[in-house]
Amino acid sequence: MGKLLVKDKEVVVPGEVIADGMDYLPSFGTYRQNEKIMANRLGLLSVDGKVVKTIAISGRYIPRRNDVIIGRVFDILMSGWRMDINSAYSAVLMMQEASFKFIQKGADLSKFFALDDYVVAKIIRVTSQNLIDLTMKGPGLRKLDGGKIISINTHKVPRVIGKQGSMVSMIKDATGCRITVGQNGLVWINGEPEQESIAVSAIKKIESEAHHPGLTDEIKVFLEKRTGKKIVKAIPQPENKPIFKKPENTGAHNSESVEVPEQKVMRKSQ
Amino acid sequence: MNQDFKNHMCQALKKNVRMDGRKNDEFRKITVQTGVIAGAEGSAKVTCGDTELIVGIKMNVGTPYPDTPDAGVLMTGAELYPMSNPQFEVGPPGDIAIETARVIDRGIRESGAIDTKKLCIEAGEKVWMVCLDIAPVNLDGNLIDLGALGAIAALRNAKFPELKDGKPDYKHISKKALPISKIPIEITVSKIGESFLVDLTNEEEKFVDARLTVAVLEDDTLCAMQKGGDSPLTQDEILMMIDLAIKKSKDLRKLL
Amino acid sequence: MTLKKRPDGRKFDQTRKVEAKAGVIKNADGSGFFKIGNTSAYAAVYGPKELFPRNKQDPKKGLLRCNYNMMPFSGAGDRVRPGPSRRSKEISMVTQKALLPVVDLSNCPNAVVDVFIELTETDAGSRCAGICAASIALADAGITMKDMVSAVSAGIVDNQVLVDLDYQEEAYETGDVADIPVAMIPNTEEITLLQMDGRISKEDFKKALEMVKQPLKDLAEIQRKALKEKYK
Repeated sequence: MGKLLVKDKEVVVPGEVIADGMDYLPSFGTYRQNEKIMANRLGLLSVDGKVVKTIAISGRYIPRRNDVIIGRVFDILMSGWRMDINSAYSAVLMMQEASFKFIQKGADLSKFFALDDYVVAKIIRVTSQNLIDLTMKGPGLRKLDGGKIISINTHKVPRVIGKQGSMVSMIKDATGCRITVGQNGLVWINGEPEQESIAVSAIKKIESEAHHPGLTDEIKVFLEKRTGKKIVKAIPQPENKPIFKKPENTGAHNSESVEVPEQKVMRKSQ
Repeated sequence: MNQDFKNHMCQALKKNVRMDGRKNDEFRKITVQTGVIAGAEGSAKVTCGDTELIVGIKMNVGTPYPDTPDAGVLMTGAELYPMSNPQFEVGPPGDIAIETARVIDRGIRESGAIDTKKLCIEAGEKVWMVCLDIAPVNLDGNLIDLGALGAIAALRNAKFPELKDGKPDYKHISKKALPISKIPIEITVSKIGESFLVDLTNEEEKFVDARLTVAVLEDDTLCAMQKGGDSPLTQDEILMMIDLAIKKSKDLRKLL
Repeated sequence: MTLKKRPDGRKFDQTRKVEAKAGVIKNADGSGFFKIGNTSAYAAVYGPKELFPRNKQDPKKGLLRCNYNMMPFSGAGDRVRPGPSRRSKEISMVTQKALLPVVDLSNCPNAVVDVFIELTETDAGSRCAGICAASIALADAGITMKDMVSAVSAGIVDNQVLVDLDYQEEAYETGDVADIPVAMIPNTEEITLLQMDGRISKEDFKKALEMVKQPLKDLAEIQRKALKEKYK
């Protein structure tokens, strides 16, 4: 008989034996060695029937198609821009993907996006060699003016966004800030200085306590205390089931953008 | 640097609110721990927010400089490892490392903190050489102030090794401490837009227009200065920055 | 004559006191701290990130780059001159070879993973402490790796086989002394680092290797515990 040696949703580390016997099947982040299934990265164990896998909780952002990310222009090319997307690989935004408007060949591209400009863009292609193409054509995709950027652990992004964007909406309502969370762990915040710093501490708090059950309530109390305002809007379902519910390879995590909430509907599985 | 972000930040700084919610003249929480390195004659670990650095002192015996045959030697180095911040690279010390080491060295030297005459073993032949090295483990800004604070803490922690046949015997450390008489505290005041800040984080340091490091003694005398940054400063600004530095130096002095 | 008692009173197969932590360097993608006796190592992992110059890139898999360095004040003797030495270059290289067998970088072609190891205190066994810290840091950075790598030295002092020599034992004056740093993949018991200096008979060498296996597995558990502690 096969036996599971680690409980579901627990942290596993490389080389740790997760299951003994042939009854379980190794999936992402695990491998079989003789009779045993071991973890081959640091992550949370997820058991789905007989399939065991680990869900990453650390490491850099891995680009996936359809992710909405925040990028920084660091090079202007002949016919596009090269962007730093907080990942191991840079991405390219081609001229024809930059705007619904027609851009004349040979135009001064820095007029559209200059060096060090930050943009919200969507990944449209990732090749096997990790060449990445972006688009700016789509609702909510835009250049970011003013505000500030903070960076968080990319694996905590789903928690910061919350179910159907509940967490980030709560922060937005409480602080009056405009907030955009990129799947690559960059967060743009724009508001009144004091409120901004409250929003930043709330996001940092979510990042560091992502695994706490009842986090939504905790953050609600935190925000009420810091802003001195009561949060009246009821949160649909307080999440007490923790952490990264969605299987990561589907890429179907929540996305959130201030201006266009419908965008969530547009995101599809890869 | 993104000008939009800088403007946005300057607006917030005018209201005395910084990125992490601090006031412009507020330090992060600092801790100083001494005697952290078993093999060093003196050592200190300083943490401030996410910045963590270690200062270690090794003492050896060498020949004095010909122009000061009866004085010991202080050597200060800063090792900015790529481990502590991705902006640094493997290789010989860069501009920042050299400036940091020299500014800290000047604060200690010019204050007369160490009575170098007392480091003389045999005039013209043998003197104690005090090698002070500053090494950040994780650098999130404010290297100079914290390095200088760690340096003085480590110097106060240092003990002479015993002398054996004119050579230091590192297995036997005496109880004799370094002759430290004065305590210089270095404070760097930075100007971003129209605002003046202390204890900047990495993120804030990217936006600095100009900065002034001031080394201050107990009696508010100044013993070293260094202006940095690309923009000029007016006389009034400089005097104001010095006042702020003197004020903040009192807080840091209490930590020792 | 045989060594009856170790200078610090440890059992022959007992390591010095070990302390391990993960996530100690906030700027890094992953980091680890490993202290054994009076030897302390920090390790930081940055990456995977783009590798320059481009001619170093490998389109099949990412590159693992290790850099071992002793802080100037870390030694018990004279100050260590900053900058690379022949010794630190060699240790950087064997460290990389010790870690490579467990690390899988096939999902990050053309990229590099940088491991920086800094020794703050050294009292023998610094390369082993560095490897242990680096292994924690790599796991903390979410790098795919089939197991941890743990390392400690085995050796012989005055005809007695023992584990984790400290500086005092390395410098023992009577009888032969041999110091054998060993790194192992605990699950498979494969050895990824092996160096030796000193004199030892083949039989004693075999005995030393046998003796060091269990301590290495115990160290791996300490490394794993450190990682779990961070995410508690």
